[in-house]
Amino acid sequence: MAVMISGASSPLYAARRRKNGITMTLAYLATGFGLIWLALILAVLFYEGFSGLSLKVFTEMTPPPGAAGGLLNPIIGSLVMTFIAVLIGTPLGILAGTYLAEYGRYDKLSTVVRFINDILLSAPSIVIGLFIYEIMVATMGHFSGWAGSVALAVIVVPVVVRTTEDMLTLVPDTLREAAASIGLPRSLMIRKVAYRAARAGMITGVLLAIARISGETAPLLFTALNNQFWSTNMNAPVSSLPVVIFQFALSPYKDWQNLAWTGALIITLAVLALSITARFLGSQSKKS
Amino acid sequence: MTSSRRRRVADVALQSGVVEVAEKVDRAKVLQRLRVGDIAFRHTTRAAAVTVLVILSGIIFSLVYGSLPALQKFGFNFLIEESWNPVTEHFGAIAPIYGTIVTSIIAMIIAVPVGLFIALFLTELCPMWLRRPIGIAIELLAGIPSIIYGIWGLFVFAPFLQQHVQPFLITVFGHVPVLSTLFEGPPYGIGVLTAGLILAIMVLPFITSISRDVFDAVPPMLKESAYGLGCTTWEVARYVVLPFTRVGVIGGVMLALGRALGETMAVTFVIGNAHRISGSILAPGTTISATIANEFTEAVGDIYTSSLIALGLILFVITFIVLACARLMLMRLNARLGQ
Repeated sequence: MAVMISGASSPLYAARRRKNGITMTLAYLATGFGLIWLALILAVLFYEGFSGLSLKVFTEMTPPPGAAGGLLNPIIGSLVMTFIAVLIGTPLGILAGTYLAEYGRYDKLSTVVRFINDILLSAPSIVIGLFIYEIMVATMGHFSGWAGSVALAVIVVPVVVRTTEDMLTLVPDTLREAAASIGLPRSLMIRKVAYRAARAGMITGVLLAIARISGETAPLLFTALNNQFWSTNMNAPVSSLPVVIFQFALSPYKDWQNLAWTGALIITLAVLALSITARFLGSQSKKS
Repeated sequence: MTSSRRRRVADVALQSGVVEVAEKVDRAKVLQRLRVGDIAFRHTTRAAAVTVLVILSGIIFSLVYGSLPALQKFGFNFLIEESWNPVTEHFGAIAPIYGTIVTSIIAMIIAVPVGLFIALFLTELCPMWLRRPIGIAIELLAGIPSIIYGIWGLFVFAPFLQQHVQPFLITVFGHVPVLSTLFEGPPYGIGVLTAGLILAIMVLPFITSISRDVFDAVPPMLKESAYGLGCTTWEVARYVVLPFTRVGVIGGVMLALGRALGETMAVTFVIGNAHRISGSILAPGTTISATIANEFTEAVGDIYTSSLIALGLILFVITFIVLACARLMLMRLNARLGQ
């Protein structure tokens, strides 16, 4: 009897071990399954994308159907709109994050703002496109690069608010107290002490926000629309990489489809580079 | 480390010039200026925080305002009618709502168990040196834009399903009573099932990374006590980790559901944009976001545009509720961990 209970021959023990073996195998399989899909996507993307990658992609305009060409105007359009979006969204996000972490850490207002911000963080981006369409495109009467930039800025704000607040909360209170004890007013304490201590983390947040908007398509579809030609007029429709990928991939022309793959590769590489830099900065800031 | 920090603070005090100036000029004036600056900064940050609320109410008001013409014309019928006819200007939202929900359900059925098992692998089984690389890979993949999943789905995944998987499903389930309606019709490649599968692949990294974080938050003492009693790894996961983290896991799953419901680009490529409800998940369908993305720029006439905005409003309301529940649950878990 004693042998039965302690040894592996006990039926209960064997059943438990079998169950454990099955579920652990499932865990291994699930991990393999998950990683395989993601590896397949990246493999196809790199194969198709690199085969179309050449200098022409960066020097020529988007072609008419059935001709060869490049992606210069959408690349520039995306860069400009991303830049303006960050220019609008970052200060707003940092200031709001500052309020949540410094002035109103335990406010009722902060609790509400935090909650709403978290929802905006994962709100469907196409709805944000509709919102900007209503307030900018419909009232101005035409699609424009400005509208696209503002739509992207609305996506930037919650990301920056969140990371700024998190990073400022990590700054030890002793630093703030030290600053206060030498007579620094609170606003100077925040700007010269807290911001400096949290700088790396706050930059991380901005990089993550850029990574987030550089692939956003839905909010641009009916704000910035698209433009087949070279245009620096932000008051007119502006071409952007994701929208061009969308349009070209669904077209029947082989040249356009190849360009869509190349564009997809460029976006993915940019996003990966941004997230890796952000991650690197983030781990640096944690160490110091 | 601390000494360099202290020095930095001291530098700040000297550099800012506050101290020197205060001794030369009228001290009261300087203090007054600082106080004004302080109040101004405080109010600026407060205004920025309020802006977040303004954005949300702006979204709600603009969507409601934009969808008024359609809602006035169709009333409650908008929610239950299937017809979507731009020529006769008769619109109903039930087909896109149905498509949105069905694709999300397919995605969650696959992604939730797989994601939880991957998280279990990462927290309990994976060798230490592999945890960081796999964790980082999953987080990087969560950041890949959805349009990449869409283009891959269109050119690679849909043809693969059409040639290999769907004929197989049709022959296997074609004669099983209930399942045969589910897998009825020719293998189109694109359709509700394909969209659901792409969504599953897309939300998998979200679910994995949230549940891994949540699993990691379980106090080691609890797990070690269970192991000490002789529990197997599965028993620890099932009877200690899962009950402890249940609220957080549900919150994470709902967060992923919110993403799946609102996802546009990954779905638009492969859904087929057909405004009808079909019992078969192999048939083309549409979702709310895909309908808006496909038709908004081509919509002519106030009622058509307004109907699309009304669809957006419905989507926003659904995702808002799901995301709010998700956040409340995650907050509850955090409160519990804080105690």
